Amino acid sequence: MDAEIFARNVPGMTERLGRAVVGIAGCGGLGSNAAVALARAGIGKLILVDHDRVEPSNLNRQHFFANDIGRLKVDALAGHLRTIHREIRLATHAMRLTPEDLPVIFREAHLLIEAFDRAEDKHWLIQVWCREFPQRPIVAASGLGGYGRTAALAVRSAGMIHVCGDGESDMSLGLCAARVALVAAMQANVAIELLMDAGDEPAGR
Amino acid sequence: MLTINERDRIEWRDGMTVRDVLEAMGYSYTLITVTVNGQLVEADEYGHFPVPDEAQITVFHLAHGG
Repeated sequence: MDAEIFARNVPGMTERLGRAVVGIAGCGGLGSNAAVALARAGIGKLILVDHDRVEPSNLNRQHFFANDIGRLKVDALAGHLRTIHREIRLATHAMRLTPEDLPVIFREAHLLIEAFDRAEDKHWLIQVWCREFPQRPIVAASGLGGYGRTAALAVRSAGMIHVCGDGESDMSLGLCAARVALVAAMQANVAIELLMDAGDEPAGR
Repeated sequence: MLTINERDRIEWRDGMTVRDVLEAMGYSYTLITVTVNGQLVEADEYGHFPVPDEAQITVFHLAHGG
């Protein structure tokens, strides 16, 4: 079945991505949509972390459905990912991630998707990830509020840090599926590119 | 000469720290992530992390939303 799902991957891609482990910190607008894109690409294992449950206000942009309301986001998302790719390996952690837990929870991850809401949390996550795993990439997001201004969205990179978005627009402009999902897809796309470029060497610490 | 965000350029001087660069650029954002030549500089190191001449400095502003 795997071979048929990933028939549109380029040669070698399914094998390479199938060996990859990606961490996703936060399973809201960014994390849930990025996870779907990564599962569809054939990433072998995702480590999902989120403490929250699905609420009605999430359905405008997050990859959840009305009958998920009240469920833990990590459990609901795991179910949806398995309906796309039955054999995907998933580790789910229904918890509020802390700096102390990060190195343990994401020990296996070759790369981390930062998908938190609050800028303060994005800040410590990037800092702790770079301290713990200086040779592994982190793909963050900043500036995805509102609608329109598609051309302002970009990927900026320095060392192992990659940040998708416009770098400015925040939640005060509202959060709308079109723009949030665009940035989530940019994060997934950057992650796939990095994993493909990394070759067969496992990520270093 | 230092390059900030692949765009702005400021004169380098001996002993310059990350904090000096941020002040020279007039950054007022509180939530930023800074790298010097691709290496992350933690917030509590800004005041003493030395910036070498010709450094490439990147300042990411982190906005709420996810």
